[in-house]
Amino acid sequence: MSSEGGGDSAAAAKPGFWTGERVAGLALIAAGAAAAAETRGLPFGTLGRPGPGYTPLVYGSILLVLGAVIGLGRGGVALGALRWGEIKHAAMILAAVAFAAAAIDRLGYRLTMLALAAFLIGAVERRPALPTALVALGLSFGTHFVFWTLLRVPLPAGPFGL
Amino acid sequence: MPETLDSLALGFSVALQPNVLFYAVLGCVVGTMVGVLPGLGPLAGISLLLPLSFGLTPTTAIVLLSGIYYGAMYGGSTTSILMRIPGEAASVITCVDGHAMTLKGRGGAALAIAALASFVAGTLSVIALMLLAPPLASVALRFGPPEYAALMLLGLVVLSYMSSGRASKTLAMAALGLLLGTVGIDVMSGFHRFTYGVTDLADGLGVVPVAVGLFGLSEILLVAGGGAPPQVYKPRFGELVPSREELRRSVGPCLRGSVLGFLIGIVPGSAHIISSFVSYGVEKRLSRHPEQFGRGAVEGVAGPESANNAAASGAFVPMLALGLPSGPVPAVLLAAIMVHGVAPGPLLMDQHPQLVWGFIASMYIGNIVLLILNLPLVGLFVNVLRIPYGYLYPSIVVFCVLGVYAVNGSAVDVWIMLAMGAAGYGLRKLGFDMAPVVLGLILSPMLEMSLGQSLAMSGGSYAIFFQRPIALAMLGGLAALLALNLARAFAPARRGWRERAGLGPTQG
Repeated sequence: MSSEGGGDSAAAAKPGFWTGERVAGLALIAAGAAAAAETRGLPFGTLGRPGPGYTPLVYGSILLVLGAVIGLGRGGVALGALRWGEIKHAAMILAAVAFAAAAIDRLGYRLTMLALAAFLIGAVERRPALPTALVALGLSFGTHFVFWTLLRVPLPAGPFGL
Repeated sequence: MPETLDSLALGFSVALQPNVLFYAVLGCVVGTMVGVLPGLGPLAGISLLLPLSFGLTPTTAIVLLSGIYYGAMYGGSTTSILMRIPGEAASVITCVDGHAMTLKGRGGAALAIAALASFVAGTLSVIALMLLAPPLASVALRFGPPEYAALMLLGLVVLSYMSSGRASKTLAMAALGLLLGTVGIDVMSGFHRFTYGVTDLADGLGVVPVAVGLFGLSEILLVAGGGAPPQVYKPRFGELVPSREELRRSVGPCLRGSVLGFLIGIVPGSAHIISSFVSYGVEKRLSRHPEQFGRGAVEGVAGPESANNAAASGAFVPMLALGLPSGPVPAVLLAAIMVHGVAPGPLLMDQHPQLVWGFIASMYIGNIVLLILNLPLVGLFVNVLRIPYGYLYPSIVVFCVLGVYAVNGSAVDVWIMLAMGAAGYGLRKLGFDMAPVVLGLILSPMLEMSLGQSLAMSGGSYAIFFQRPIALAMLGGLAALLALNLARAFAPARRGWRERAGLGPTQG
């Protein structure tokens, strides 16, 4: 599904200096430089006998150069032309997934998924309480039954064996 | 040839076993539902359902997952035609003429043409796969580390040349993937790299959390908060019969799409997506009535649909013959068989003939299953879209977390998926393609190992890459492609053919 909010096609007539390409280029330069800097603690070896720091340094440098090429290139999408209407939703979904990652080993699979689904359906999507509870319960306990009980995929249990 | 037919007979003896047949049908049905859902493409679908295959034999696991792959490709075209909602990226171009046919009252015929084109292309490309993979595997047995290293580098550069958008962006994403692939223990020295004391990172970043994050979660982040569910159009069974004229006009595009798709499928990248755009461009150029394209030209459905299905099979050639994935989907399939202790590579066909030929035979069966099962059930499948997205996407998020966690039982993988989802969201907003990241991640350890082994063989001399004819030829191809990329960058007037073929930067 092509749902990108911008990309090359959305290029405005006069995008100005701060285009998506410039921002992306800067981010890639930063990532490449950070990776290259992180390899300082690893032996580089020699060109003929590369050490563990060799390839990350090479890839980081390539990323840095390509980031510069992208950032300095002409054209691109003006940052203002990109639609960010969904960003609040996206941030809440990311927060919910972060909660799931932090809680799954502590609260167990069923309680974590129950909370995750209930938050997304009830709080983020503002659906009525009863359907929210039913869908969240069905998702958490239903998937647990299929994967743990039927398919024997190990899933963590939380308090009271839930 | 007789050997191939014997092997195929062995494959059918495996694929027609009731349990294997059951998983082939199940994969096709589940895959179709995955394909129908916006936000879940074949890759995310396979990655999410990977844990389902853990309790199966390697053969049934790969048959199930490949069934999901085909089914998803098919399901994506259904919603493209009926509702102008591409279930997955390869179906974007089918929206144009497929939905225009629906508006003209020929939606049922468009579905039938798409199904027939997919079936013909799927079958022809499996025959080509069957004929091409064994000899290629024999040739690959002569490959040493220098050839593998050169092949992987060539693959990454070909990807940049063939993929949509700017080559610099694609190469940057491949470099990012290669960099991510260095996380974990360095197999040559035993040093920990970028693990920061997290023991779960010692084995590196898994393909599944990265793929689900970049393709599944990021898609949800991009489309969440959207509007009301779409109107669902359900064609009656009688409407599914195309006219003679429509069938006649579909034959050429279907055959051309099959050949084109299969050849593009072998090349690394998002082959099934690229092939559909290229096929559309070719058909429009060859048509005597190009003005009909965009207004319901049946060639605009038959060509891209045959091309993306043929590309799906073509992508399995390097996977089966060389043990090298040409894209994220074959990579996840390779990961699935590796979970069962099967080592991919040129010896795979000799060491596990039942697995390989059972898989190939199941592809024939899968194509037939999709044709006879899905057309009558199309009304049932599109009902999935009646589920309000406010309920649907939380369910997909639950499956994302479950699918990622279940692979290793590690919450760290969920954090990786989260980080990749956020990164994918930002990068896709800025017009970057995510497939090269996954391909780079997968090839990175193999490339590093091959490079290290090559240099060990030569006593540290890079001349080894230029002294071996196959490696030299591959590096020559690599240099030529890089030169072409540079020429394109500095000579805008020469930018014609890629755009005409659907590979221009405006294509998604």
